[in-house]
Amino acid sequence: MKGTPPRKIGVFVCHCGKNIAGVVDVNRVVEDISRLESVAFAMDYKYMCSQPGQAMIQEKIREKGLEGVIVAACTPNLHEATFRKAASKAGLNPYCVEMANIREQCAWAHQNDPEKATRKAVEIIRTMIQKTAEDKPLYEGSIPVLKRAMVIGGGVAGIQASLDIADAGYEVILVEREPSIGGHMAQLSETFPTLDCAQCVLTPKMVAAGTHPNIKILAWSEAREVSGYVGNFTVTIERKASGVDWTKCTGCGMCMEKCPIKIPAEFDRGLGVRKAIYSPFPQAVPNKPVIDREHCLHYAKGKCGICQKVCEVGAIDFDQAPEIIKEEVGAIIVATGFDIYPKENIGEYGAGKIPDVIDSLAFERLLSASGPTSGEIRRPSDGKIPETIVFVQCSGSRDPEKHKPYCSRICCMYTAKQALLYKHAVHKGRPYIFYIDIRSGGKNYEEFVARAQEEGVIYIRGKVSRIYQSGDKVTVVGVDTLLAKPAQIDADMVVLAMAMVPKEGSDDLRKVLKITADKNGFWTEAHPKMDPVGTTTRGIYLAGCGQAPRDVPDTVAQASGAAGKVISLFSRETLSLDPMIVSVDEELCAGCGLCVSVCPYEARILDEKKKVAIVNEALCKGCGACMAACPNSACIHKNFSKKQVLKMVDALS
Amino acid sequence: MNENFEPRVVGFLCNWCTYTGADLAGTSRIQYPPHVRIIRVMCSGAVDPTYILKALLEGADGVFIGGCHPGDCHYLTGNYKARRKIVLMKSILETLGLEPERLWFRWISASEGQKFADTMTEISDEIKKLGANRMKEFWNV
Repeated sequence: MKGTPPRKIGVFVCHCGKNIAGVVDVNRVVEDISRLESVAFAMDYKYMCSQPGQAMIQEKIREKGLEGVIVAACTPNLHEATFRKAASKAGLNPYCVEMANIREQCAWAHQNDPEKATRKAVEIIRTMIQKTAEDKPLYEGSIPVLKRAMVIGGGVAGIQASLDIADAGYEVILVEREPSIGGHMAQLSETFPTLDCAQCVLTPKMVAAGTHPNIKILAWSEAREVSGYVGNFTVTIERKASGVDWTKCTGCGMCMEKCPIKIPAEFDRGLGVRKAIYSPFPQAVPNKPVIDREHCLHYAKGKCGICQKVCEVGAIDFDQAPEIIKEEVGAIIVATGFDIYPKENIGEYGAGKIPDVIDSLAFERLLSASGPTSGEIRRPSDGKIPETIVFVQCSGSRDPEKHKPYCSRICCMYTAKQALLYKHAVHKGRPYIFYIDIRSGGKNYEEFVARAQEEGVIYIRGKVSRIYQSGDKVTVVGVDTLLAKPAQIDADMVVLAMAMVPKEGSDDLRKVLKITADKNGFWTEAHPKMDPVGTTTRGIYLAGCGQAPRDVPDTVAQASGAAGKVISLFSRETLSLDPMIVSVDEELCAGCGLCVSVCPYEARILDEKKKVAIVNEALCKGCGACMAACPNSACIHKNFSKKQVLKMVDALS
Repeated sequence: MNENFEPRVVGFLCNWCTYTGADLAGTSRIQYPPHVRIIRVMCSGAVDPTYILKALLEGADGVFIGGCHPGDCHYLTGNYKARRKIVLMKSILETLGLEPERLWFRWISASEGQKFADTMTEISDEIKKLGANRMKEFWNV
C-alpha cells in the first residue's frame, strides 16, 4: 500500500469564539476550502475543542469515511493531542490528524487586516491539505524498561530522589563526585525560615541513603559516558583512585589524625584545614577517606607513608588505579547542583584579596557548630569577633553588564538568616545589609525578613560600589537610595552573597548526557511550565540547582517530582516510541554513511554487508537532519517527508 | 518600490523555538505583515536545500528559516547544520541568478515573540525593496 495517501480529507474550521472568527471570515474559508479536490467535507463551529465540537468531528469521520482530518484552529502545541485522541476514538489513525494554525499565526497576528488574514487562513489550510494527503497511518513501537535508576549528584536533591525511588522498590545507583554525599546543604549552619539545623535534618537522610538496601552509593566517582535511550541506558562511570581500599577501611580515622600535611579545607571554604588523607566532614557517607595526591608526601616525594603504617586493616593502597565500571539503568536523574560565583571575579569588592571579605558559604562555615571556629563568628584575618558586619546582596547576580543577569533567588533569605544568626551570636553586633530589592516569596519568608528587621538587622537599599581595606577595617562604599545619600560603613567583616552558578563540569556532563543548557549553563527543562523536571532526552530528569537556583524546600520538592517521573516510568513494562521518526528506504540508500555522521543521537549505523544505513528506532528523535543530508532521498521522515514539504511549498505558489 | 507589492515569503520554522516564538507573537497580539506562510519542520537542520530552491523557483519572493539559538537546539546541533547550509545556499542562489538577499536565517527562541514579529516586518520591508522574484516568469517563457 506504499504511496497510497488518504484522499478523503475533512476540514474543521474553529471560530474559537471571536478569537478567530472576529478577524477571519470563517464562512468564506469553508466555502473556498470546500472547492478543493481532496476535501470531502468542510465545516465551521464555534469551539471545535469543546465536547460537542469533538463529537462532531468523530461523527463526520464515521459518516463520511474520512481518511484525514484537518482542524483549522490554534497551534498544534495546544490541541493537536486533543484532536488526535478524539479522532482515534472514531477509528482514524491519530497521525492522520493535523492542525492548521490560523489563530496564533494568523488571526491574532493580523487583527487589523481581516481581508488578508482570511486569505492567509485559506492558504495555511491549503498547505496542510497537501501534508495530510500524504500522511501515513503510524503506529507506536514499544521497548522494554529496565527498572533501575541512576542519580548523578548526591546533594539533598540527589539524596531525596534516590530515597523516593528506592522506597518505591526500585534499585538506585547514586553517583557522587566528592568523597561523601551531602552536597552544599551539609555545609550550611541553619536553614531559613525555621532556623532548624541543616545537619540535623540532612544527616538522617544521608544515613538512610547510605543504609538503604536498594541504594548503591558510588562516591568519589564520575559519569563519563552515557549510551542508549529511555529504559535502556548504559552509563560508564569512573571510580576515581582514592588510594584507600574502601572494602577494607573501617572509617576509624586514624590515618587522618596522623597525617602530617595540613591544607585549607574545601569544605570549610578554605577557613579550616584538612589533611592530605581526608574525608570532608565527620558525618560523611560513606565514611571513608581519600588521598589528595597533589599534596600527599608519598606521591610528591615517595616518602612518609604514615597513614599506611597506622592503618590496622592495611587499607591504604598507594598504587590503586582508577576503575572504569558500567551500569545499566532505565532512567537518570541529574542533580549536580551549583557552585558559588568566585568573589575573585568582582574587582570592586576586592577581587578576593581582602581576607575579611568572604562569601556567604564561607560565612555558613563560621556559623556552623562543626565549622572551623566551632560556631564562633571570628573573622579570618585575626580571629577577632566582628562588631560590624556588612552583607552585600546581589554580588554578581542581577548584573547583566558585568556578571550574571539572573536573580540567584535564595540570597535575600539566607542573608537575612545570616544577619539574624550573627545578631543572636554577637548581641552588640551591628549587621547591615545592602540590597536592591528584597525577594522573599515563599511560605513564611516575608515574615522572616520582618523578624530580622525587628531584631536589629539594618537594611540599606542600594548597591555597593567599592570595598577596600583601611587599617584593620574594611570600608564599604555604596549608596542609600531611600535617603538619596552616599553610604559608607567601616566594617570588621564583609559577607558577599555571591551568585549561584551551575556546578563546575556540568557542561561536560551535559554533552555526555546529550541534554541542553541555557546561556547561563543551567539545564534546560523539557517545558518551563508543564514539564519542569523533564529534559529534551526522554528518560533523563532534572532536580536541584543545576536547573536553576532554588532553596532547600523547592529542591526537595523538585527531587521528589523527578523521582515520581521515574517511578511512573518504571510502573510500565514497556514504553511506547514516538513513531514520527525516520526510516531508510533500502532500495535508495547507497550506504554512503552521511546520515551516520550527522545523526546527533548515534541512531544510525551502517550495515557493512548490505551497505545500507540502519535506524535504531529507540534512539531516533525525529529531527530530520539525516533527511536533509541524504543525497539519495533515502531517509524518510515519517509524516514530515520531503515529498510532503515540497508539496506544501507547491501549494504556496 | 511598488507600495502595492505584497511579497510572498515561505517560512520554515523549527518546531521547538521559532514556531513557538511565532505562536507567542500571536498570543501576545503583536502585529506583523501577513506575508509569511509558515511550514513547520521539526528542526532547522532538517531544511533540505531543495525546499529553499523549490520555493524560490516556484516564485516565492523570499524564504525565511528560523531556528533555535546557538547551544539551544532541541536536537543538539541541528541549527549549526542549518547555518552551514544557508551559507552554501546563498552562493548557489547567486550562481542561479537569484538574489541571495531573498534567503533569511535567524535564531529566534520560543520566548522571542517580539523578535519574530520584528523579523517578519524587516523581511517584508527588505523584500519589498528587492521587488518581486521574477524567476517564475523565466519558466513560463
